[in-house]
This record gives sequence, structure tokens and C-alpha cells, in this order.
Amino acid sequence: MNGNGRTKLVLGYGTCGIAAGAAAVKEALERELSAGKYDLELDIAGCMGFCFREPIVEVHYPEGRSVVYGDLTPKKVPQLLEAVSAGEVLEDWVVRRSDDPTAGEGDFLANQHRIVLRNCGNINPESIDEYIAVGGYEAARKALTTMTPEQIIDEVSRSGLRGRGGAGFPTGTKWGFARKAKGDQKYLVCNADEGDPGAFMDRSVLEGDPHAVIEGMIIAGYAIGASQGYIYCRAEYPLALKRLEKAIAACRERGFLGERIFGTDWNFDIKIKKGAGAFVCGEETALIASIEGKRGMPRPRPPFPANEGLWGKPTNINNVETLAAVPWIIANGGDKYAELGTEKSKGTKVFCLAGKVRRSGLAEVPMGYTLRQVIFDVGGGVREGKEFKAVQLGGPSGGCLPASLLDTPVDYEAITATGAIMGSGGMIVADSSTCMVDLARYFLSFTQAESCGKCVPCRLGTKRMLEILTRICEGKGEPEDLERLEILAADIKAASLCALGGTAPNPVLTTLRYFRNEYEDHIFNHKCTAGVCPALITVRINREICTGCGACAKICPVGAISGEKKEPHFIDPEVCIRCKLCLSRCPEEAIYAE
Amino acid sequence: MKVKVNGVEVELEEGGSLLEAAERAGFQVPTLCHHPAVSARGSCRVCLVEEEYDGELLTACDTRAREGMSILLDTERVIEARREAVKLIFSAHPVHCEVCEVANKCRLKELAVVLGMSGREYPLQQDFRPVVDANPFLLRDLSKCISCNLCVHACQEVQGVGNYEMLGRGAHARPGTASDTHLEASVCEFCGLCASLCPVGALIEKPFLHRGAGERRVNTVCPYCGVGCSLVLRVRKNRIVGVEAGVENSVNGWSLCVKGRFGLDFVDHPDRLRKPLLRKDGELVEVEWEEALDFVASRLRDIREESGPDSIGVLSSAKATNEENYLLQKFARAVLGTNNVDHCARLCHSPTVAGLGAALGSGAMTNSISDLLRAEVILLTGSNPTVNHPVIGEFIKRAVLSGKTKLLVVDPREIPITRFAALHLRPRPGTDVAWLNGMAKVILDEGLYDEKFVRERTEGLEELRLELEDYTPERVERITGIPAGALREAARLYAGAERAAILYAMGITQHVTGTDNVMALANLALLTGNLGKEGAGINPLRGQNNVQGACDMGALPNVFPGYRRVDDPEANDRFSRAWGRELSVTPGLSVVEMIEAARKGGIKAMYVMGENPLMTDPDVGHVEEGLRSLDLLVVQDVFLTETAELAHVVLPGTCFAEKDGTFTNTERRVQRVRKAVDPPGEARDDASIIMGLAERLGYPMTYSGPAEIMEEIASLTPSYAGINYGRLEAGGLQWPCPREDHPGTPVLHVETFPRGKGRLTPVSYRPADELPDEEYPFLLTTGRLLYHYHSGSLTRRVRGLAEKVHRGWVSLHPQDAARLGLSEGDGVRVTSRRGSLLSRAHISSRMQPGVVFATFHFREENANLLTNPALDPVSKIPDLKVCAVRVERVERRDEG
Repeated sequence: MNGNGRTKLVLGYGTCGIAAGAAAVKEALERELSAGKYDLELDIAGCMGFCFREPIVEVHYPEGRSVVYGDLTPKKVPQLLEAVSAGEVLEDWVVRRSDDPTAGEGDFLANQHRIVLRNCGNINPESIDEYIAVGGYEAARKALTTMTPEQIIDEVSRSGLRGRGGAGFPTGTKWGFARKAKGDQKYLVCNADEGDPGAFMDRSVLEGDPHAVIEGMIIAGYAIGASQGYIYCRAEYPLALKRLEKAIAACRERGFLGERIFGTDWNFDIKIKKGAGAFVCGEETALIASIEGKRGMPRPRPPFPANEGLWGKPTNINNVETLAAVPWIIANGGDKYAELGTEKSKGTKVFCLAGKVRRSGLAEVPMGYTLRQVIFDVGGGVREGKEFKAVQLGGPSGGCLPASLLDTPVDYEAITATGAIMGSGGMIVADSSTCMVDLARYFLSFTQAESCGKCVPCRLGTKRMLEILTRICEGKGEPEDLERLEILAADIKAASLCALGGTAPNPVLTTLRYFRNEYEDHIFNHKCTAGVCPALITVRINREICTGCGACAKICPVGAISGEKKEPHFIDPEVCIRCKLCLSRCPEEAIYAE
Repeated sequence: MKVKVNGVEVELEEGGSLLEAAERAGFQVPTLCHHPAVSARGSCRVCLVEEEYDGELLTACDTRAREGMSILLDTERVIEARREAVKLIFSAHPVHCEVCEVANKCRLKELAVVLGMSGREYPLQQDFRPVVDANPFLLRDLSKCISCNLCVHACQEVQGVGNYEMLGRGAHARPGTASDTHLEASVCEFCGLCASLCPVGALIEKPFLHRGAGERRVNTVCPYCGVGCSLVLRVRKNRIVGVEAGVENSVNGWSLCVKGRFGLDFVDHPDRLRKPLLRKDGELVEVEWEEALDFVASRLRDIREESGPDSIGVLSSAKATNEENYLLQKFARAVLGTNNVDHCARLCHSPTVAGLGAALGSGAMTNSISDLLRAEVILLTGSNPTVNHPVIGEFIKRAVLSGKTKLLVVDPREIPITRFAALHLRPRPGTDVAWLNGMAKVILDEGLYDEKFVRERTEGLEELRLELEDYTPERVERITGIPAGALREAARLYAGAERAAILYAMGITQHVTGTDNVMALANLALLTGNLGKEGAGINPLRGQNNVQGACDMGALPNVFPGYRRVDDPEANDRFSRAWGRELSVTPGLSVVEMIEAARKGGIKAMYVMGENPLMTDPDVGHVEEGLRSLDLLVVQDVFLTETAELAHVVLPGTCFAEKDGTFTNTERRVQRVRKAVDPPGEARDDASIIMGLAERLGYPMTYSGPAEIMEEIASLTPSYAGINYGRLEAGGLQWPCPREDHPGTPVLHVETFPRGKGRLTPVSYRPADELPDEEYPFLLTTGRLLYHYHSGSLTRRVRGLAEKVHRGWVSLHPQDAARLGLSEGDGVRVTSRRGSLLSRAHISSRMQPGVVFATFHFREENANLLTNPALDPVSKIPDLKVCAVRVERVERRDEG
């Protein structure tokens, strides 16, 4: 990274970093460095995974060690540069030290095994040279110049790689179908329509290592005999799109895309198709319809895309994470990949830690790790030392698992057995302040709003379920509602065409299964234990603690709080709208909801 | 492939659906969003069935069966899932059946009954939407919509319009137009298909509202254009209360256009003529039939005696049945003793009859409409099918949408269907021979012609080659304005296809070079071997419902029924013997010639059945002069048309819905027309009027009915020899149908041409008769509108159509408008050497600069006030498509 003997600063410049303020930090760094006072280089990289400490800078010293600093602001920049120039380490800011895995949050990375994320945060994603410098495009060259398509498919089959988009279908088998399908024109599609709330691994890979995906596509295209690739990426990922476009242009310049690539007679090129952010377009037949310019709506299979896909031609669709793993498998061998993981689930899986987990970010771990290992060893457990309550796996199509299932290994079959799904790998952690009914309601409101509207059970059934959940949260639930939910859920799962409808009830079913008591509390006791559902809670001031500072009265948007100065205040429950703004404002933590 | 349904094993073709399997096994599966007109949707989930082995629930309508599958139709899970689906649909659909306009045909209600459901299980959570019905045809009440997608797919797959798509997601998903505009502001053509398929009352055919369900259903044929769509008329108390597409054995399948579905209200219009009218003291007054017929007969007798039979002219009608046309030309020839019989085919496809007759030996559409779906390339020229033959327009669009057909349009205007074209060439009006010769030259020069076909089945190649020498694409570009490269591309596209069909209409024929144009087109088809096979051919699109039949019946001055020349002694002898009178061997006068002769005094009397020359002939000022010079003008019609207003006698006839008979459509298909209602007042069917006159003139014609007339037609017309009413009950027959066991002929010229070899005819480009100059700087071309028909006598009396478009306009290019200082809707005066009209300007970039466009639907602004009566020397068609005019801005004469 720093072969020229200078110390180099690498700023995390993915969407997560930028959202946390990396742009301002970059500006400050450039301003300071342009003064010529420091002999330092500046570069950018994608997300390293430390989303919870963004903006971050990794300092690479000429001798090879590196230090990652987090929570940077423009104000901290001069101090950082001074320290780096002086060769000092700012211990308080350290996120990770390469020479001391125990420092800072070092165990976050130490407990991971990075294959897909191998370059994320380590190279400048906008530089093809940096990708080539870490061995990039060697796998594609090897595949195209020394292997037959069948050998490649064998290698991928041997690796045990399964579709990382969620369904977990063996990738080698899928390629084999497309290879065998008859047709003069075949297509390869990269599904980058990452739509699950709480899933951002595809975005991070596209932003942090776009060339890995392109290289995976070159190999896959050659293996199945597709000369045209499409990347279907949602328009809400502007940075990913920009970096992909740049990467594709660079590849064309180098002759890695286009005609006669790597000096062979194989032609392959890639077009980007922007999706308009419809969740259902992650479903492969809807995705195909969308590329064709139609409304994204699923159709029945068969015919499978492998036989009749895009424009009616044989088409193979793989997810970003799947394709990003392919170059590594070709370079290191399928057996090497298969050494990791469980009997049926091989290799690694990237999880997105979000919600009430202490370290929200990207975690790539070998299959077979337990949920506990991922959430606690990598993720550092629950924020603010609160108690772990549940984890929602697999986004809105997945399920909500309680603490008792924390020792479940991450493995397609084991997770499916719990009623959740591996899905794309979102892990949203809930603590005691999360209402499980409200959580199910939230996820269902998402799938209901994203139903394409084709099938009646999904279009209207989810709506009716949502109405029931809403009234439960409002304290108007009826005793029969739980059974109604179960009947509707079973019907929607069985009678819908695609996976959106087929999995939409999962959050409700799993919370009903593992947290039924919360539903019953809402219906029978008119109580929301977590203190979330506004209709079921009262916000009170503990008169023992209240100092009468008046901060709460000032912030209350409806004037529900009154009291004399320096005297304990009082909330009028008739007026209070339970927005809980006062809770966060009170310096004495005297206000509580129950 | 073998599939088990409820344990019954059935054999199914590859790709067959589970629904087909169930039907084959003799079981019914309830459906809601499924309709045979469109591809299966699998949206309502009512047709769910259970796979026996893996327990999966599958939609029967859109799941392809797989070898060895076993499906169960009535398991408890299946029934529960079906009921749940219907329950859910009802949760978003108001059950106000007692006040719902379509409750008697609601498929949702029907389904609830089938599934034994009652009441509402989920509270109604309805997405209330305003009812939108600002147009005369469709009422849209999205509150009732069940989002089944049928309208979306009907509009896309059947109509090729694609006006609807699902908008919104989740529970809000609803069909809507682009940007969710009202139908009135959308590209909707108001064909009504969506409303006819809507399973609930979300889309309603407004004109049929509150008219009742109908007591009887009558299968018949549409009275408008030459496509010949089958209609089912719903009749109640002697009134047409609804119209549906006739699906079985029909040309049109589920399709109809706005005129066919919503344009039949003229039938019971109060303006209908109910009693004969006789001019007394300058006024037309009602008289009894006896008096009217006696008067006509005696005047005809007198004039014939005074001035000879050829002083009488007869206009037959392309709107009347074959039987009536046969009778009227027989009346002219055998009773009056003249060949002066013609009809409006003179003004549309006489060049086709002449040109294709010369090149091939027969002047009709060589192929069938459904053949278009098999063409690799369709060359469409001088035809605006989405407006003039809407259902043929749909076939073209469907062919293109299938991805297997490329459309090549050659038309001066950017007509709507160019949206589907792979290539659009825009020649200057009146330069067709030039570009056609240019294409032929490219095909010859580049060796793209079908050498074997040309050698074996044509003659005249060398003469043609010689003629074409001058027609280099570069020279053609100078004449026509078509870029040389585009012309080459078009030639390669057309000649490169294995099956290429030519479609053309009046943009080719209505010129002084009309016959040349047709022969030049025929050259293309002959050179490329595109004749005598499916998906190819040269196909004139006939304008009127029965213009093909009227020609077949000999309503032409030079031929008897079956196109046998009156001056052919053998033919003349045969007909003279059959009709028991010695027939004239002198070919008669054509329409335009008769009018001219009337002006000059050669024609003293005219008998006009169902035609309106005062609107439809060129230079109508001149026509009026001619008609006013007549000693006797008799008009037999259903309304008091512009022509009838000048008549001495007006005889009330009947329209298509009031009689039995046959029409022959543009693809030579003879189809039955059936009586649905009684005629108004004392109106009589046209055949009995002719028979009444014949009898008074000493030539009794006695037929028990149209079936007997058809027997006579069949006995004298070889191409109709195998056609009789008995056979027509099972559907139409395409002539030639020479024997009673002959299935009819979908494709002509398979083995040979009627004239033996096809003739490649050298034709030279000649400019139009009248071209723009300094005084008249614009070129006027004419045409029609979707919502109106011909002289407007029918469509302007249909409330919906008249409401949709109640006035005409003159279209011109924005550049010209800017130069003349015209804005959209401004008043314009358009003047030619023959007359002048006042209209409104419509500014459209679909026009070429220097060209203006007007229609002849509206008497207030009839383009035929301006058109040039110069004739094509061969076919005698006037140059209706090109004349020179001047355009001026004037203050609007009204704000209507």
C-alpha cells in the first residue's frame, strides 16, 4: 500500500463513512496536507466494516504496521496529522492496531474471516491498479486462459458456494443449468438490488471492491457462455453505481472487458441497469422484467431463467456477494473454500450488524459460527450494556429469534429450522426496549408496501395482517386476533407466487412463536412491556428525582408538562402524545414510560 | 406429456397449463382474473390447485404442467385458499351489488356463490376513488377495481395500445394510465375491450348502461370498415342494447374498435327516414309507398323512352349487402338496359381492380388478415390502419410486439402506427411510383430478388429492368425526399424477408397515377416471390364493409358479377340468357363521369342507393351542379343525406341491423348479416324496394329472400359457386369457393395466377395533376379520423362519437403554422382552384412542411370542396390525395 516509503492515510469513504461526516474530514485533510507541512499521502478506501466508528482513517506506516482511528471530525484533523508525523499513536482514538489485536476494537476484525470483504477498506476502489496490485484479475486470467468452462463450474461446485442472495441454491449447479441451456445468446445478471432494511453488505462490496464483482462476472460469464452481463443495481446506491461505472470503464481500457479479453477469443461486456428501488425486483423474474423495461412483477417458474430468462434467453442470476467470492475460489481452489463452514454450508457469510448491537457494521465469518459468536464476539454485544432480547435475521422476510436460540450456528438449514431464514444476512439486534409486536408490525408494513400487487394474498392479506397488528399495538386487539394472524399468515405463505409473499409473514410468525407473551400482554393486559406502543404506555415523572429544571416542559410539543420552577413537574396524561421527547431531554433521567 | 388430475390421467401438449389439464380431464376450476383473450395472469389466486406429491399450491391458469405431475382440485387446503382469496378481494371491494350497474354479470359475485360464501369476513378497507367518466364511452370506478390486471393485459396484448399498467405497490396497486392521467387525456382509443373484460364494475361500457341485458343475441357483421368484424348484438324490445365482439369463427376475435362497439346508435336515431318523400312544389313531403314507387317507375320509363337507357345512371352501395348490390346492378342492366352502374369503389380501389387485374389477373387482397401474424416484414404504405381499419391495425401491432415481425411504413405523415415501425420513409405525396421503382431497382441491382420465382412465374423482367435504369436512389431522393440510404435499407428489409406482406390503401390508389402505383407495388411482390404463400402477398385494405362484395357483384360499369366484361360476347350472352333480356355491350360511365355527364346533360336521371356523392366525390361544388341538373334524382337511404336533400324522391331503406344478407370483407370473406331489429316506420328493406320498381317496369323479380338471391349469385359467379346460406351458418367463407365442398381460399395464387404468369409492368413516374405553385403554395392531402366514418352520416348521429369529435380541423406543420401566424385552434380558410372551406388549425409535427391535411367527414368543412377531379386514365379514380391549396388565417367563425 505504501511502497514509496511515505506514511499514508487512508480515509474510509463508503456511504457509511460519508454519512458520518467523512466528506468534511476529507476536505480538512486535503486542506492541511496541501499546505505542504506534512510529508503524508492521502487515499480513500471503501468501508472496512467499522461502521460504528466512522469516519475512520487508517494510517499505514512505511514499515508495514497500521493504526485505525475512528470518530474523526474536521476539528480533530490537525491533531491527528501532528501525531502521525511525529510517529505517535493517539491511544484514545484507536479503533485497531495491526501490531496489537487487543487494542481498541481489534477483536472485531480478529474474530472474522474475510474472503468477500478481502479488499474492502484496504484498497482504493476507484483504482484498478490497486486491485491488480493485490492480485486482482489473476483469477479471471487463469480461468479464461487455462480452464474450460466445465472445469470452472466444477471448481465452484467443489467450493460448496451457495447463493448469498438468500435462497442458498448451489452456485455451481445453477451455472451448470445455464451452461447446458440451449441458446446462441445467454445473459449473466448480477443482482445488486439489495432491498432489505438492515442489509448493506452488497453496497459495501460494490463501493469498496467493485472489481471483485466484475472479475466474478467475467469468470461466471465465461463459465456459462454468456457474452453479455448486466448489473442490476438500485438507483439509491449512487456511490456504488459511480464506482461500478468507473471500474467497468477501466476494465474496458485494460481489455478485461470487451472483445477478445485476456487475449482469448472470448467476448464479454457489462451493462448497468438502474433499478427504481422496488424490493420485489430482487426476485429474479421481477428483476428480469425490470431490465426488459417492464414493471417488476414476478412470474411463475418454470420456465426458469436458466432456460428462458432475459429477453427469453438463457440467463444466470447471481448476487453480488456470491460473485465477489468467485475470484477467490478460482485463485485459491474450491477445496480451500470448502474447508470453511459446515457440512452443507461452506465458506463464509457476510452479516450486517445493525440495531441495538454495540458494533454495527460488516462481519464476515465462516459458516457454522453461532449467532452468539457473531453478535457478541464480533459485534460486541448489546449497546449500553442492555439485555439482549432478540435478533431479526434475514430482513423483513426473515424471522425473529430469542436469546435461547443464540447458539444456533449460521448455516442455511439450521437457521431455516428456527423459522427464520439466512436471507441476505441482515442481523438486527433488539434489546429490552424493543417491542416485538411493533417490530413485526414494522417489517410487515415494509413488505406490504413493497408487494407488487399481483397476488391477492400478498397484496391484500398482508394489508389485513398489518391492520390487525396495528390495532394490537393500539391496544384494540381482540382475543381472536392471534388466530386470525396465523390463518392469514399460512394462507399468504402458501398461496403467493414469489418469495416476497411467501416469506412476508415470517416476522409475525416467529415473534408469535417466541414472544407470544408480548402479544398477549398487548391484547389482554393492554400493556407494552417494552414501553414502545404509544397507546399502551404512560409517561411519568419521578417526583423524587425531578429538579424542576423545566427542560421537559420546554421541549414538549403539546404542552402536556407543567410545574413551578424548581418544583417537581407533572405530565398530563390526557394531553401527552407519548412522543418521549422529554425522556431524552431530562438531565436527571427522571422521566420514564411504562 | 401425461398429467393426473384428481386421479384422472390426461395427455397434454408441452407448455400446456394445469387449467387446460383440468379441463381436458373434464373438471372445472373456478377462475376470476383468467380470460381466454389474454395470457394467463395468476393474480387472483382463485384457481389454486394442489400438487399431490409436494403439497405445493399452484395457480392452474399460469402454471405449466410438467410430465408426471398429479394435481388435486378440491382438497380442503385448496378450497380454503380459494375462499380466503375471495374473502380478501371482498375486503377491498364494496358489496353494493344492489346498486351496481353490472351486478348481473359480476364474476366476483358469481364466484362467491360458487364457493358458497356470504357476508364480509374482513371489514371493508376500501381505497375510495372518484368515478371518472368525462368521456362518452367508458366509466371508470376504481373503488370497485380488484386489480386483476385483465385490462392491463388486454390493452397491451390484444389492442397493442398499452394504455394501462399497474401503478403503485402493495394494497394501493391499481391499473392506471401513464402518469395516472384520465382516460380522456391518455392514448386510449376507447375500443372498450377493457370494459368488456372487466370481471367487476370497475370499467363499464357507458353507452350500454341502464339499457338492460337484452332478450336475444344476434350474430352479425359490423357495418363500418372492410375488416368485417363479427358482432353480437344484444337486443331488447326491438332495440340494440349492447354490442359484443363475435369471437367464434370471426376475423376479429375479442377485438372491436370504438365505432364497431360504440357506434351503432344511428340505427334507432330519430333522424331515420320512416316514410317515402316526394318533392312537391320544391319541398320534400311524405307520401305513401305506392305513390313514390309509381312516380319513380313512370319517370324512369319516360326518361328511358325519351333519351335512351344510357341517360340513366345508377349508384349502388358498398354499404348494402351482396344480394342488394346484385339486384341493383341487375336492375340497371336488365330492367333499365344500361351499364351505367357504379359505386364508391371507384373512389377507393378501382386502381386495385385495374392494376392487380393487369399484373396478376385478380384485384383483391391476396392473403388473409390473420396472415399478418406470420409475416417477417410488413410493408405498409398509404394506409393509416389504426384509424381506418383499427382491428387490422391491432394485428400489425401484435405481429410487431411478438418480436417476429418488422414493420416498414411508407407514408408522408407520421401516422400513429409508425411508433411500431422499424423504418418509416416519408415521401412527398404523389411520388409513389418513384420510390417504388427505386426500391425495385435496388432489389434488382443488389440481386435481392427471387430468381426462381421470377423465372418460373413472371414475365417482363427485361422491360422492367430497362424502365428502372433511371430510378437510382439518389434520383428518387430528389423526387420523393426519401434519403437514398433509407430507401436502400427499406429495399433490403423488404426483400430480405422470407415472407413479406404488402398492405396498402387509398394513399396509393387515390391519385391520377393510382393504377401505376398499384402495378409498381405488384412489381415488388412479384420480384421477391412474395405471392402465393402465407404471411406475404399484396393486400389492398378495402374501405367499406362491403366494397369488395359490391365489386364482386358487378356494381361496376364494365363488368358483370364475377368480373366478367360486359363487352365479352360470351359473358354477355350468358348473362343475357340468365336474366332473359338482351344486355348492353357498351361499358357504362363511372361515378365521376356520370356526374360530369349530368352537368352536361347526357345523364338525365340518377338512382342512388346508399351513397352520398355530394360529400365524398371530388370538387363537390361541381357535383352539386351536376345533381341539380338532373331531371330525376332518386335517393334510397336511411338518412336524409346531403345528396338526398337534392333528390326528387327519397325512399327510406334499411340499415345492416334490419335485414338479412351477406357482406364480403377485405380478405374476400363472405359473412352473414342477420336481422336484429325491425326497420323504423315504413322503411323497407332495399331489395324489396328494387323488386317493387322492377315489377312496375315490367320485369318482375321474385325472390323469397336473400338466400334465394345468393343461390342465383352462386349460379352465375364461379368464385361464389360453393357459397350458400347453409354453409355460412358455420362462419364466413373466403372466395374463390368454386364448389360446395370447397373450404374457401385464404391465400390466392398459390400455384398460378389467373392470367397465367404474373406480369412485371414497367411504369414511369408522372407528377400529380396539380402541384403547389405561388398562388396555391400548399399541397392538400386527405384522410379520415378514428371516431368518424366516411361522410359522417352515420357517425355524426352517434352521440358518443359526435361528442368525442364534433368538428374537423386542418392539420399543418409547426413551421408552416409559424409562418402563417397560426396557433392551435385558430380559424383558417383553405382555398383551392375549385372551392374554399373554413376550419380550425391543428398544428402537428406529424405533418411534413408544405403539406396540409383535411377530412371529408364534416359537411361544414368538407375537404372535397377543394379536391381535384382529375382522373387516372385507366381506373378513372380522381386525385383525391393531392391538390394545391392556399391557407389563410381568419377570425374564428364560431367557438363550437
